[in-house]
Amino acid sequence: MTDDTPTKTMNMIQAINSALDICMERDKDIVVLGEDVGYFGGVFKATEHLQKKHGKTRVFDTPITECGIIGVAVGMCTYGLRPVPEIQFADYIYPALDQLVSEAARLRYRSAGEYTAPMTVRSPFGGGIFGGQTHSQSPEAIFTHVAGLKTVIPSNPYDAKGLLIAAIEDNDPVIFFEPKRIYNGPFDGHYGKPVTPWAKHPSSAVPEGYYRIPLGKAATVREGNDVTILCYGTMVHVTAGVVAESGIDAEIIDLRTLVPLDIEAIEASVKKTGRCVIVHEATRTSGFGAELSALVQERCFHSLEAPIERVTGWDTPYPHSLEWAYFPGPVRLGQALKRVMES
Amino acid sequence: MDEDARRNMRPLSLHVPEPRFRPGDAVDFADFDIPDVAAAPRPDIGAMPEEMRSLAYGLVRVLDLDGASGGAWAPRLSPERLVAMLRHMALVRAFDDRMYRVQRQGKTSFYMKCTGEEATSIAAAYALDRDDMCFPSYRQQGLLIARDWSLVDMMCQIYSNRGDRLKGRQMPIMYSAKEASFFSISGNLATQMPQAVGFAMASASRGDTRIAACWCGEGSTAEGDFHSACTFASVYRAPVIINVINNQWAISSFSGFAGAESTTFAARAVGYGIAGLRVDGNDALAVYAATEWAAERARNNFGPTLIEHFTYRAEGHSTSDDPTKYRSAEERSAWPLGDPIARLKQHLIAIGAWDEERHAAMDREVAEEVKAAGKEAEKQGVLGDGLHQPFTTMFEDVFEELPWHLEEQSRQMVEERKAAGI
Repeated sequence: MTDDTPTKTMNMIQAINSALDICMERDKDIVVLGEDVGYFGGVFKATEHLQKKHGKTRVFDTPITECGIIGVAVGMCTYGLRPVPEIQFADYIYPALDQLVSEAARLRYRSAGEYTAPMTVRSPFGGGIFGGQTHSQSPEAIFTHVAGLKTVIPSNPYDAKGLLIAAIEDNDPVIFFEPKRIYNGPFDGHYGKPVTPWAKHPSSAVPEGYYRIPLGKAATVREGNDVTILCYGTMVHVTAGVVAESGIDAEIIDLRTLVPLDIEAIEASVKKTGRCVIVHEATRTSGFGAELSALVQERCFHSLEAPIERVTGWDTPYPHSLEWAYFPGPVRLGQALKRVMES
Repeated sequence: MDEDARRNMRPLSLHVPEPRFRPGDAVDFADFDIPDVAAAPRPDIGAMPEEMRSLAYGLVRVLDLDGASGGAWAPRLSPERLVAMLRHMALVRAFDDRMYRVQRQGKTSFYMKCTGEEATSIAAAYALDRDDMCFPSYRQQGLLIARDWSLVDMMCQIYSNRGDRLKGRQMPIMYSAKEASFFSISGNLATQMPQAVGFAMASASRGDTRIAACWCGEGSTAEGDFHSACTFASVYRAPVIINVINNQWAISSFSGFAGAESTTFAARAVGYGIAGLRVDGNDALAVYAATEWAAERARNNFGPTLIEHFTYRAEGHSTSDDPTKYRSAEERSAWPLGDPIARLKQHLIAIGAWDEERHAAMDREVAEEVKAAGKEAEKQGVLGDGLHQPFTTMFEDVFEELPWHLEEQSRQMVEERKAAGI
C-alpha cells in the first residue's frame, strides 16, 4: 500500500495535514469543516494552508455548534459529498452524539443502503497535556458501542496519514481520534523528561504521496513470547518504554482500529504468549478494555496462564493537578506486567 | 441584599403554560384574529429579512373562509392544477384513513395520520421541483403522494412485508425514497433540519441549482438541532426552506411548551436574520405561494426562508395516542381556519371549476385507488403473518461490508435457531 514517492520527516500534525491535502486533491467531493479549521488552519494547525489551496467552499469555518457540524455533514453526504468534519476536542463531541449515533451510524441501515454517511470525524483526544476535565478525555468506548460507526486511533505519523486516507475513502462513518499528546513527538509517560520530537522516531518517515493503511488491521510494534499487550494511541509509546526497561519479552500490539477490530492478530498473539495486558487512557468501567478482555477470555481461555490485566484511567473525571496520578503511566503499567508475569 | 429586605419582597412564581381548553371544556375561538387576505404584503424575493418582520407575526392568506381568493399572495394556478392538488390531498386523507384502520385490525404495529395538515405537504410539493431534496418529519406523507410515489410501496413499508425496501428494519411510516428526493425518516426529532441545510450548502458549493426543504413540528423547534439549522442556514445563506408545521400540539403538550405564548414560530427567523413567513396552513394556495416565493428566493441565492404553517392536528398524535385525554374534543370542529380540503373544494366550486358531484366521484376514486393498492400490498404480507425477510438480512447494511463480528453473530443466530428447532 506504500507509494514510491520520497519520504519526508513529519510529525503527526503534518502527516494528518498531508493526508487531508492529498485526499482533497484526488477527490473534489471532499470538504473540510469545523471550528477554526479554515483561514486559521485549526487550533492544532492540522488544516493549515488547506483553505488557501482548495478554496473557501471546500475548507471552511463553522459556527460553534457540534450538533450542527455533524448534522450538516450528514446532509452533505446526502448530496454526494464526503465531508471531513473536525470536532476541536473529543471532549466536545457530545453535543453531536445524536447526529452521530442516531443519524450517521444508522443511515445506511435504516434506508437499506439508499443513503449513506461516508464522513470522517477527526477529533484530538487523550490526556497527558494538563488539559484537565474537558481537554483530556478518551471517549472511544462511547463510539465503539455504536453499531454502524468505525473507530480509528493512530499512534504515529506514518499510520496517521495512511489510516486517515483509508478512513476518508471508506464509505462508512469513521471516528478518527488523534492522540494530541503525541502530535509533536512520541511520549513514553516520563513526564519530567523533555519531549522527544518525531524526527528521532522511525515512523516519522512519511511518504509524501498517496498510500493507505487498511482499517481493521493491527500492527505488531514489538514481537515477544511472554505476554501480549494490547494498546493504542499514546499508550503504545508508554508501553514500549516500559517493556524496554523491564526486560520482559512482551508482544506489543497497536490496535490502530477498534471497530472493526483485528481479532486474528489478538488471538494469535495471546495464544502464543498465554498472558494479556490491556492498556488505555480512558476510564475503566465499560471502557474498550472490557470488550477486549471479554474477547480474549472467550477466544483464548484455554491458553491463558494468568488473569487478564487492565491498566486504564481511574473511574473519575480527568483531573488537572493530579494528572500524573491519573494517567496510566510507566509505574502502573510496570506493576501490572509484574503481576501478570508472576501469577 | 440583607435578609430583612428579602423578606419584604414578593415571592417569585413559576409560569407553567396551560392550554385554553381541556377535555370537557366548551371551545370558543371567538377572539381568534383571522387577518384579511389583503393584510399581508408580498415582498420582492430579494427582500432583506428585516424588511419583512411583519410577515413573521401576521398570517399569509389567499383563500378567505367563503372560498374567494385574493391578496398579493394569490398564485397563478390553473383550475386543472388546483383540481390535481385537491385530488392529492384527498388521496392522502384516504390513505391515512385506510392505514389507520389496518393498524386497528392488527395488520401493522403503528400509524400516524396527517389529517388537517394535508395542504402543508401537498401544496408545498407542488411549489417545489421534483428533484429539490425534501427532509421530512413523520407527518409529511403528502410529499411522497404529491410526487406520485407508489402507494403500494408505502404500504409495504408500513406492513414490513416482502415488498418493504427497508427490509423490515424501520417502524411503519419511516419511509425512505431517494428516487423521489425524499430523505430517510428518523425517529429522532429535528435531526433532519441541519441535514437539509447541509444538503443545501453542498448544492450551493457545487454551483448546482437544487434546493433543499425540511419540515418539523412546532414542538421540535425546541430541539437544539433547530437552532443549529437556523444558524447554519443564516451564516452560509443556504438555499433551504425551513418549514415549521405549527399544528398546536406535540403529543399532549400544546404549542405553549415550545414557546408559542410569547411569540410566533416564524418570528424565530427574525433573530437569525432569515426571511420569515407565517402562513395559513389550511389554505393550500397560501402554502403554495409561500413555498414558491421561498423556493425562488433560495434559487436566486437570496438565502433561506423559515415558513410557519399555522394549522391544527385534527387527529391523535399516532395510533398509540388518545387525544381526548388532554384536549377538548370540540377543538377540531371549532378550529377557525377550517379544513384544508374543504376550503380548496369550496374555492374550486366558487370559481366554477368543480361541483359536489365531481367531488363525491373523486372521493370514491381515491378510496378505490387506496383499496386496490392495499390489496396489492397485502399480497406481499402484513406484519405478524410470519417473517418476511431472511433473518440474516438483519446484519446487512450496518456497514458497507460485513465485518467479522457481524458475520459471527449472524452465523450464531442461525445455529441457535437450528438447535432450538425453529
